[in-house]
Amino acid sequence: MNATGKEAPEGGDIEQLLPWHAAGTLSRRDAQRVEDALAKDAELARRYDMVREELGETIRLNETLGAPSARAMEKLFAKIDAEPARKPAISLNLGTRIAEFFASLSPRTLAWSASAAVLAILLQAAILADVALKDNKSAGYQTASAPSSAPVEGAFALIRFSPQASAADITKFLETNKASIVSGPTAGGMYRVRVAVTGIPKADLAAIVKKLQEDKVVGFIATTE
Amino acid sequence: MQVLFARHHVRVYRFVLRLMRNEATAEDLISEVFLDVWRQAGKFEGRSAASTWLLAIARFKALSVLRRKPEAELDDETAAAIEDPSDDPETALEKKDKGAVLRKCLTGLSAEHREIIDLVYYHEKSVEEVAEIVGIPEATVKTRMFYARKKLAEILKEHGVERGWP
Repeated sequence: MNATGKEAPEGGDIEQLLPWHAAGTLSRRDAQRVEDALAKDAELARRYDMVREELGETIRLNETLGAPSARAMEKLFAKIDAEPARKPAISLNLGTRIAEFFASLSPRTLAWSASAAVLAILLQAAILADVALKDNKSAGYQTASAPSSAPVEGAFALIRFSPQASAADITKFLETNKASIVSGPTAGGMYRVRVAVTGIPKADLAAIVKKLQEDKVVGFIATTE
Repeated sequence: MQVLFARHHVRVYRFVLRLMRNEATAEDLISEVFLDVWRQAGKFEGRSAASTWLLAIARFKALSVLRRKPEAELDDETAAAIEDPSDDPETALEKKDKGAVLRKCLTGLSAEHREIIDLVYYHEKSVEEVAEIVGIPEATVKTRMFYARKKLAEILKEHGVERGWP
């Protein structure tokens, strides 16, 4: 990550890093360099706003592309089933040996093993849940993204948190803004977040979203229903 | 494999779809990608993220298919992809939906520029990871991204959105 002026015929080193800074994929050192430059340079900060805008719309565009049908998965596993079983080779490397062991199993065997493992995990989960419920029946616990059959009222935004944000940062962000995660993450890493407990006019929601966008924890945010 | 597929197939599909611009071809291609992963699982050294590895394989396969396709077929597909029901940039601008204009202009970029913008913004790939997926030096990744953004600004300007940059 050492861009030089020589390599960059246009746009300074820092300016070239803005897209990665917006996406939260810079090293801590580079991110700090960009932050320092943004604090000193108003024009650079304006350009950074443009980058964030591009990032948001690129995510929106990709999210509209939908997902492949089940046909893709069926086709894949049919092909895997048709593959010849592999012969394990002798290796001293433990990781390789484990990988080769799984590779040597036929797809059907693997599928059955995976099903058995899933069943075992589900059984364990059921036992743990049963114990937890017995221990504390009054205080129920639910994960933030657990689906609920009851419709949730309020005003909502789609948020993708910055990859640099820690769990503590996100918790603090949610507490400060009296927000809560309703569902997610989706395949694109987006969470549906309730930003107000009652329905509010679109203009008010847009204002809330704009304010939340300023927070470093937020990588992308958009209003949703 | 099921976990890997469940976790990554949507993103890999979208990456391929943006390159191929054809849903059926993109679906066929992702099953090929994951089949390759199944066959080469022992070769994965874990030096990069699994998603980076998957995207690199997907890109290689997509480009191979694109190279094999006759020009005429490509043109038809491109036209079909462009003729979508959403507003064109001018109509969107009239409705003052700048976001929609931006999204429309993003689709107007060349495949090379579209690819790098998607990898950086949507797939959250670092400079090093993009270099690995696309197979170009890191310095080139940064300049290509810069020029992709510059081109986007030019397209936006053509459609009446002046951003004061570059």
